[in-house]
Amino acid sequence: MGTVNLAFNVAKEDFSKAGEASSSIKKTLKKLGIDSKVIRKVAIVTYEAEMNIVIHSFGGKITVDINTEKIAIEAIDQGPGIADTDKAMEVGFSTATQKVRELGFGAGMGLPNIKRNSDKFVISSEIDKYTKIESLIYLA
Amino acid sequence: MKVKDLLKEEGFSVIAGEEGIDRELEGVYIGDLLSWVMAHLQENEAWITIQSHVNVIAVAVLNDAACILLAEGAYLDEDAKIKADQENLAVIKTTMSAYELAVKLNELMKKNG
Repeated sequence: MGTVNLAFNVAKEDFSKAGEASSSIKKTLKKLGIDSKVIRKVAIVTYEAEMNIVIHSFGGKITVDINTEKIAIEAIDQGPGIADTDKAMEVGFSTATQKVRELGFGAGMGLPNIKRNSDKFVISSEIDKYTKIESLIYLA
Repeated sequence: MKVKDLLKEEGFSVIAGEEGIDRELEGVYIGDLLSWVMAHLQENEAWITIQSHVNVIAVAVLNDAACILLAEGAYLDEDAKIKADQENLAVIKTTMSAYELAVKLNELMKKNG
């Protein structure tokens, strides 16, 4: 297997398509014969990243680079950015609206779920510019 | 047991993803907070919830759930139904509460293995 690169645009507030990028990524990993435990980690990371873009951002992009050793996931959006990323990482902290919470989102679990399922995790953000999440998952 | 074994019971009806009823069912998870479910729902578990919008289907499929059990007569959105059909994920509707469903599934899994 060489390197496989996937890229998906994710639109803001488009709940009807939410989950499609992560579902598509999962299907590709299955076809590549990746271990099911690794697939589960990637599915959680990409789903949470995708939902964060849908719920909180002005739109963004998820890229996944797969090689024989690792899977690198990057989710970057076009703002509004996070003022305090340490606070955003706290379990239970969420800025989601009541409307979104009624749909079962906004538990304040998304970023912690991403971190827990990543072997390496970096979040960076600049107000009015972007939030970027980088997650690395090793295949073995 | 299989998902289709549920349909022999009174009060269980499949409302979407009927082609998925041959799946194995090996456990149960209950929850309505999607990130919580995402973190804990395991492969081949039936997911009991009252959430019924299209994103629920994505969560179930990403976790390889056996099926979705909609408790207390929750109504399934049309776009969720279409998605469940595409993904062959059985969505089963009941009027039972989540608790009653869990008790029932416990009985059935003991009986059917």
